[in-house]
Amino acid sequence: MLFWIEKISLVVLVFCVTLVIAMYATLAERKFAAFFQDRIGPDRAGPFGLLQPLADGIKFFFKEEFIPANADRFLFVLGPCLSMIAACMTTAVIPWGHDIVIFGQTMALQIADLNVGVLYLAGVVSLGVYGIMIGGWASNNKYSVLSAIRASSQMISYELAMGLALIALVMHTGSLSLREIVQAQHGGHWNVFFQPLGFLLFLICSFAEANRVPFDLAECETELVGGYHTEYSSMKLGFYLFAEYINMFIASAVMSALYFGGYHFPGLYHIGLSDNSAALVGVGVFFLKIAAFMFFFIWIRWTLPRFRYDQLMRLGWKILLPLAIANMIFTGFLSLLLG
Amino acid sequence: MHPLSSRSRVVVNKTMTFWERLYLPAIVGGLWITFRHFFYKKVTIRYPEIKRIFSPVYRGLHVLKRDDLGAERCTACGLCAVACPAEAITIDAAERKPGEEGLYREEKYAAKYEINMLRCIFCGLCEEACPKQAVYLTDRIVPSSFERQDFIWGKEKLVEPVEPEKRVDVSIRHYFQKEA
Repeated sequence: MLFWIEKISLVVLVFCVTLVIAMYATLAERKFAAFFQDRIGPDRAGPFGLLQPLADGIKFFFKEEFIPANADRFLFVLGPCLSMIAACMTTAVIPWGHDIVIFGQTMALQIADLNVGVLYLAGVVSLGVYGIMIGGWASNNKYSVLSAIRASSQMISYELAMGLALIALVMHTGSLSLREIVQAQHGGHWNVFFQPLGFLLFLICSFAEANRVPFDLAECETELVGGYHTEYSSMKLGFYLFAEYINMFIASAVMSALYFGGYHFPGLYHIGLSDNSAALVGVGVFFLKIAAFMFFFIWIRWTLPRFRYDQLMRLGWKILLPLAIANMIFTGFLSLLLG
Repeated sequence: MHPLSSRSRVVVNKTMTFWERLYLPAIVGGLWITFRHFFYKKVTIRYPEIKRIFSPVYRGLHVLKRDDLGAERCTACGLCAVACPAEAITIDAAERKPGEEGLYREEKYAAKYEINMLRCIFCGLCEEACPKQAVYLTDRIVPSSFERQDFIWGKEKLVEPVEPEKRVDVSIRHYFQKEA
């Protein structure tokens, strides 16, 4: 019973935190975009524009709910839902912090410690493209379909390199459980120092998986009107846009957990904090790392132009994939040599 | 052949070096450029709070001037309406009655003086045509409205207040008009 209360409260908490972060990521995106372009950005709604995401949300709800005449109504509604669900599901296996002890009960700050966490992650992330594909196909619009095709082929191409980068990481740590991978990075032994190439590959593929610039060909305005969400309006469009920011958040969390020590930082256990407060500080550290990665996502977006479709494919298949394979073989060779 | 300007460049179709083909150094360079802009002075002017300074030759909302004693300068000659290329000005003239000398400077005055701000193209020809220095274009902006009727400005809105401190300053316009 207690177990269920614990888990359900954690699920609700993680869900709320994810949504709030995704909400404010939209504001951060607009603010930082403005700063990068010597502007000020939204500052009218509330102090420093802090109520802007709320205003955007209200606006989304009050927009006309429109479904095209020849669209497949069921799939049309299913598309954004699936995108959102797949984006939120990934949070389940991420370890947010050390175990904390409340009233003599040990509580893990992770919803589910799957022993195949990395596999689950790769699986759910690849589910995300179904939302885009179904939505694009159900719209009965040539631009939407083109975008859906692009998104799925991009997903397939970059998932390969991402999976191989992950395999090299798993070979290094010897575990598929995210919790154990984070624990193994205790004391500054961050995986990024042992897998620099693997991290770079994973970073690039994360950008592609989250459909972010420079890999946002799926919603390329200059060629495809609005991409897969051309025909969407109201909160269904909001879901698609929101899912992108949740994906960004998840990608940042996964990269911090897999390569940057998760909730560890050097010297955390030598300051003399009690176990519980050290765990909470660890959670804060983890979120700082996530914030840094999210800033990087936004930073890249306002720096790089979009890839051309053939460039995208060439990068994925001819550069990232061979590099990932080489990295995997090298890692295997090294771990065999060093025992 | 000599280049026609100093900006011509010879295009070389050379292959990129390995360093250039890596892209990552170029990306880092680009990131550095955008990051520097993060701290640049922002060019935005927060409009309702801070207003941009207009150029002295700016032509905005009209004003009907009074003379030093507070009497309206306009004598309803109609030259501004004739000069107006957009036909935005409508004038009805009336004769000054005894005892109204403080209100109107000349024996004839404009009983109705309307400018349709939606028709007006703010060319300033009315100002140029006016022999009595009565109508001027100022550095004010015509306020927006939802109703078309609100853009037809009558005398009650065009004539400047009598109080000396509330008069509309058009000295800059005056200066430029003399120059012309």
